[in-house]
Amino acid sequence: MLSNTAITPSTLSVKDLPWQILWNKDKCTLCGKCTAICPVNAIELGVFRKRIVQTSLEPGATQSSDHSIFYGIRQKTDPAYSCVGCAMCSLVCPNDAIIPARSDEADKLRFHINKGGRPRTRGGRRNVPGSLLDQIKFIRISMLTDPALDAGRHEFELRTLLGRVLSPEENLKFVEKNGWIPPVREIYPLIIGGMSFGALSPTMWEGLQMGVAYLNEELGMPVRISTGEGGCPPRLLRSRFLKYVILQIASGYFGWDEIIHSIPEMKVDPCAIEIKYGQGAKPGDGGLLMWHKVNSLIAAIRGVPSGISLPSPPTHQTQYSIEESVAKMIQSMYMAWGFRVPVYPKISGTSTSLSVLNNLTRNPYAAGLTIDGEDGGTGAAYNVSMNHMGHPVASNIRDCYLNLVKVGMQNEIPLFAGGGVGKTGNLAANAAALIMLGASGVQVGKYIMEAAAGCLGSESDRCNICNIGLCPKGITSQDPRLYRRLDPEQVAQRIVDVFISFDIELKKIVAPLGRSTSLPIGMSDALGINDRAAADRLSIKYVV
Amino acid sequence: MCRLIALTSEEPLSPMIALRALDVMREGHDGSGVGLLLRDLAGPFENMKDAPILSGIFSEKGLKRLDRFMMDVGFMTKYRMSFKSPKTPPPGVPRRDVYLVRAYEYPEEWENLSNGELYSRLLILRLELQRMGEEKGDMIVFSFWPDTIMIKEIGEPLDLAEHLNINRMDLGARVIMAQGRQNTNYEINLYACHPFFIQGFSTMTNGENTAFIPIKEYMMSRGFQGYTGYQSDSEVFTHILHYTISQLGLSIEAYKHVITPLQDEDLKNHPDYQFLKQLKHSCRKLITDGPNCVIGCLPDHSLFMAQDRKKLRPGVVGGREGLFCFSSEICGLDAAIPDRDKNKDFQPMHLDTAIVGPDRKEVTICCQTQQLPHLH
Repeated sequence: MLSNTAITPSTLSVKDLPWQILWNKDKCTLCGKCTAICPVNAIELGVFRKRIVQTSLEPGATQSSDHSIFYGIRQKTDPAYSCVGCAMCSLVCPNDAIIPARSDEADKLRFHINKGGRPRTRGGRRNVPGSLLDQIKFIRISMLTDPALDAGRHEFELRTLLGRVLSPEENLKFVEKNGWIPPVREIYPLIIGGMSFGALSPTMWEGLQMGVAYLNEELGMPVRISTGEGGCPPRLLRSRFLKYVILQIASGYFGWDEIIHSIPEMKVDPCAIEIKYGQGAKPGDGGLLMWHKVNSLIAAIRGVPSGISLPSPPTHQTQYSIEESVAKMIQSMYMAWGFRVPVYPKISGTSTSLSVLNNLTRNPYAAGLTIDGEDGGTGAAYNVSMNHMGHPVASNIRDCYLNLVKVGMQNEIPLFAGGGVGKTGNLAANAAALIMLGASGVQVGKYIMEAAAGCLGSESDRCNICNIGLCPKGITSQDPRLYRRLDPEQVAQRIVDVFISFDIELKKIVAPLGRSTSLPIGMSDALGINDRAAADRLSIKYVV
Repeated sequence: MCRLIALTSEEPLSPMIALRALDVMREGHDGSGVGLLLRDLAGPFENMKDAPILSGIFSEKGLKRLDRFMMDVGFMTKYRMSFKSPKTPPPGVPRRDVYLVRAYEYPEEWENLSNGELYSRLLILRLELQRMGEEKGDMIVFSFWPDTIMIKEIGEPLDLAEHLNINRMDLGARVIMAQGRQNTNYEINLYACHPFFIQGFSTMTNGENTAFIPIKEYMMSRGFQGYTGYQSDSEVFTHILHYTISQLGLSIEAYKHVITPLQDEDLKNHPDYQFLKQLKHSCRKLITDGPNCVIGCLPDHSLFMAQDRKKLRPGVVGGREGLFCFSSEICGLDAAIPDRDKNKDFQPMHLDTAIVGPDRKEVTICCQTQQLPHLH
């Protein structure tokens, strides 16, 4: 830019951007791979003009000042093309000549991503690093009074129940009188949370399903996966693998025409039906699949025209009261499968979760409650929703569990926690902490994308472009050129790795606590934290 | 760790037999206290089987408060057993005013009550007395139940026996349960001392129940007044036993299916699979995660021993017709019943419940993989 050019309020320099591309001219071979792979076209071939001053020390020799040209990489400063820090350029560079670096101060770009009055939308997660769950320690170590167990050799039964569990009195009465006992699934306490076919690429979805099938059929781990709101491929609906799948219905009802019509042809029942009322990443907002990702395949499965954005309403349009219509919806879904499939709601973490829960305790059909905390992920949402809306999951789950204790229904309505589990990589520790706070199990999404498919997103606003179908790893893209980068077989292999290592770590946590024959749900005496306020709030021990 | 011994005999026995057997096993406990439960009593209590007996420790003031309270409710003292102990207790034993064992006459208006109502009122009275005692620190009440005496104290078991003259002629019982150690991993508190007792059910436990807190929370939320206390993690075993039999109407054979259910593979091959699966689901909150050896007594005076899933605690049962003993260690059994057929000694494993019924004829072994007796 010339020094006397007019500037606009949104004219930014490279320094003003969140990421600066560091490029080394000496190493660069000008192969062009980086510019080709950049998902947001943040870099382009640059032609640089450079003055060369040639002087000689010989008296009388000619002095010259010349201009030459060299080629290299230029970073764009237009907000629409700003670097997202994914570092795919580094990944493909044969000579390690290029890398994005985080700006040394808060960027100025953030003040300008609202062109035309449209606030920033993105995919990803809450851009706040760190997690309270990481601060929780397991302090009740079995010592001489009750020997710690050998995590490697002891027998463990670390399963959980999904479904409405009757009280012992009612259960025995119904057994005796041959009454209806709600369906209950014995499942692994780590569930792959709802990521829709559409939000995820076909290769990613296939990889997840293959991994889950392998875990179940070859390793005997009853792992379950939620479809998210986007329907389910017709072949899966008609296969025996459907029993590993939790079908999600949400406010857009996408894909449910196909699901309902395939019920007569289903070989097995699905694991459960999850009614999504809210999502931790964007509480009070509906799902959103932007037009970039709605190709003909997605459109066909969801029963919509292709190439249009698919915003789900913030709430189910048929719901006007939890007492009546939510109960009716739960019952209708039970009825669709002959009362053989558990149906439970999923809500976003909120200070009103107790009233939802209290209502469910009086609904004899509610099969559980999933609470998705503020650190949950999403394919697409407003930045403000992700960063500022929502409730932390730990205190929400704890309040709900203690409330169930008060009414004597703990574990009868199993609570599942999601949102930020394994946020900093400590999946098993976070999951165990939530279980001991009262969750019957946990749901994970982002961790699976990161560990099983190499998602590059982070809490410091790296990448986060899941919404526009440009995922450089092919995880959340519907563009075959991108999703071909992801090999479903390898995703499946990674899923298996993740679950096996999680299982080992979970045993490494519960065995020293002396627990092996049942999941330590609500074992709050095992937990400690070095933050007095958090300890008081969660009713666990304060330790320093 | 604590050591346990339980005896059931056709002929009344002195509790000293149990305490001496505990002493033989002293390598396994620290001699820091003793808990004693006597049922199916002999001596002066032989002819007053229906009279509720109050057992506890009282200060002089507490005793006066007790008398006033019981008079107000309408209870009349029927018989009292005095423990005259020397003024100076042995080292480690606190100075107490009165160790009380007193049988009462029911108030007149209680006479036509149903058993259920009677039992419920006795329980409420005991809890009320415990509450009063905790308020002023002048009463500790262990049990208030017909044909039942409980003595608990801190100190070396044999020293205590001498101090309280446990060897006296008039103190005899056909069912005796004893535990050595003022057991608790929490604060020292006599309410944390085994055996625990509720409405005719009693258990004592060797080991730590690692699932204590969730179970305690669940029991306390059952809405049954007696499910309270929990100064020890082992008290939940007594209450789960009471809950299983008295509230759920199941048999003692089902107790182990509640506290340590079969694992899925074994469950699938069980003749009562459907029932047990339901029981495992709905009683999941009551799964104790051990390691524990539980010895208990039922209202009909049956004795039993159950091991947890891990079988990390010792336990043996043996004896002869008319006299059986459940003991933590074989040396304790040897001390209590030396003349028995040792080939018939049995150490229950992770699936077993050993039961000696009220007839005291034999040891019945109930394996968890066996069919359950039919529910009535």
